[in-house]
Amino acid sequence: MGSGGWLAGEVPVPDVPDPLRIVAPDGSITDPALFDSLDLGPVELSGLMRAMVVMRDLDEEYVNLQRQGQLALWPPSRGQEAAQVGCAHAIEATDWLFPTYRELGLLLHRGIDVGAIGLMWRGATNGVAGMTERRIAPLSIPIGTQVLHAAGAAMAAQMERDDSIVIAFLGDGATSEGDVHEALNFAGVFGLPCVFFVQNNQWAISTPVTSQTAAPSLAHKAAGYGMPGLRVDGNDVLATLLVTRQAAAWCRSGRGPVLVEAVTYRTGPHTTSDDPSRYRSAEDEAAAAALDPITRFRRFLDDRGLIDEGFDAGTAQESQLLRSALRSAVFDAADPSPASTFDHVTAYPDPARASQRRQLVAELGGGHDG
Amino acid sequence: MGMSLAINTALVDAMTDDERVLVFGEDVAREGGVFRVTAGLHERFGPTRCFDTPLAESAIVGVSIGLAIRGYRPVPEIQFDGFVYPALDQIISHLAKYRSRTQGAITLPVTLRVPSFGGIGAADRHSDSIETYLVHTAGIQVVSPATPDDAYWLLRHSIDAEDPVIFLEPKRRYWNKGVVDLGTPAPAIGRAIVRRPGDDVTEVTYGGMVGVAMEAAEMAAEDDDVSVEVIDLRSLSPLDFETIATSVRRTQRCVVMHEAARTLGFGAEIAARVQEELFYDLESPVLRVTGFDTPYPPARLEGNWLPDADRLLDAIDQALAEDRVSTDA
Repeated sequence: MGSGGWLAGEVPVPDVPDPLRIVAPDGSITDPALFDSLDLGPVELSGLMRAMVVMRDLDEEYVNLQRQGQLALWPPSRGQEAAQVGCAHAIEATDWLFPTYRELGLLLHRGIDVGAIGLMWRGATNGVAGMTERRIAPLSIPIGTQVLHAAGAAMAAQMERDDSIVIAFLGDGATSEGDVHEALNFAGVFGLPCVFFVQNNQWAISTPVTSQTAAPSLAHKAAGYGMPGLRVDGNDVLATLLVTRQAAAWCRSGRGPVLVEAVTYRTGPHTTSDDPSRYRSAEDEAAAAALDPITRFRRFLDDRGLIDEGFDAGTAQESQLLRSALRSAVFDAADPSPASTFDHVTAYPDPARASQRRQLVAELGGGHDG
Repeated sequence: MGMSLAINTALVDAMTDDERVLVFGEDVAREGGVFRVTAGLHERFGPTRCFDTPLAESAIVGVSIGLAIRGYRPVPEIQFDGFVYPALDQIISHLAKYRSRTQGAITLPVTLRVPSFGGIGAADRHSDSIETYLVHTAGIQVVSPATPDDAYWLLRHSIDAEDPVIFLEPKRRYWNKGVVDLGTPAPAIGRAIVRRPGDDVTEVTYGGMVGVAMEAAEMAAEDDDVSVEVIDLRSLSPLDFETIATSVRRTQRCVVMHEAARTLGFGAEIAARVQEELFYDLESPVLRVTGFDTPYPPARLEGNWLPDADRLLDAIDQALAEDRVSTDA
């Protein structure tokens, strides 16, 4: 560092480029070259639209069920459809995912049973069945802790040389957690094939991202760990798809990890126990609504005549089938036996625990598994 | 061989037998570990199998979880007991719960080695007893060898186990020598061993305190003609209560010893179970010989703070003195 600069009283102003965007809020293409490079035809484009609409419809159904007392809690992903659908369509089925608790779009893309998701949020189970075989780690409630697991899985992918990568999901709030710092650092040091996909939805419950960090952007943090930081408009499904594809290719080529900051907005509450009117204004929410990912992409598709007659009916039917399946699985579902809390604690049959299980079974009426 | 070499040998053999076994942590590769326990592994097995991590305990455990999900058998190290605390969230929230959360779809065969306990005059934060926090957490196993033979075999058993195991190595015993029978596996995790048979009182202990108990038992035999049965638990979770029960039914007196602070130390669990299940076999209350409810002392004061043979012998005297009032007076 030479003389002058900040020592002479100059305040460095970091360069904060706008997040990469292909489709503007009014539905127009801002970068035709980038759009063309995606090489997506009408079927794929309407497929992306359908995935976002179905995701929002399902999300709404989970909220409804919670309001009806059928689920204990639900964390809506409303507003983040483009970020999650764009990401999902950019990666391979063999890539391991390490989600937070708000990755509905990724779970739906991988075909996770909507009822199984519901049973967890109903409070009947502590995990979602069927995730492991689809290479998705369990939903993680403690913030940011799963990002370290992702780093470990990426180290395995690196050793296996099987061309797979790992996607670690985290939010803006998580970037303040120590485990995330340690994971990014670890991945940088070892050059691990991991995409750190940060959905900056602007809010960690009531804490805006401006109170979460002094970094010029979350993508800027990447430099501190020796990896590229890509900033994308997370409400633009095409931009997110493109940037995630680029990030995945980077990782797959063995060049190390990448941090992607998808700038989006959590239009709903943190969870159904939260009331955003306590901490954000109607003006702020209206501004966010103007950037809605589904509205924007619909305008784009309509302008180009890419929505055919059957699209809306077909989408509504897909949503309805899934919503019905969800309601059937969850509505007044019987609880598992309390004795099931003893299942799978350890592989080893601990005698003390077995004795306690007998006590609980006896309390439940004895002679059966309750 | 000494315990340190026994552990090293176990790691060599485990890594030779199964290429999925990985050893990593701070300073374990280039330096071979601050106690030289992992010496030579990096050179012998290469940097993919044995490597140094950045200075980040939570990452050491978190990364081992990710590796285990992908089918590896990680054997990470936390350099000292007093530095395990940043990793406790990963241990308690995840290492212990992944199997339950996935209904058995994911099991984490991680063996976390932690140089533990006191008695070596170390700096602050280098002599802690962390077992209570771990045993209280369902989903992980906790073991502690007291002899070189157990250091070898319990480590082999831990690495072979499907469940996550926290392996607490009593560093004061690293240089104690003993026979290691590589041909005969020592008893499995979940089994205690009677180190010294006796008839008058059952002494239950583990880790670095086993040597102290044996010393005290020798003194009790020579000086007071008291026969102390010393049980080395080896495995805190799962606990071999049967061996304790068999002994206490015969001796009718029980003393538990550990370095950890008194309140809610492992002795509290033993005492509770013994009086619950063997109350009518006891001639006197279960006594606990423990550290104190203070932060671990500075090095020069450690000798008087830690349980020693004298403190144990006082407790044994007390256990023997409290006879029931004779009914035929």
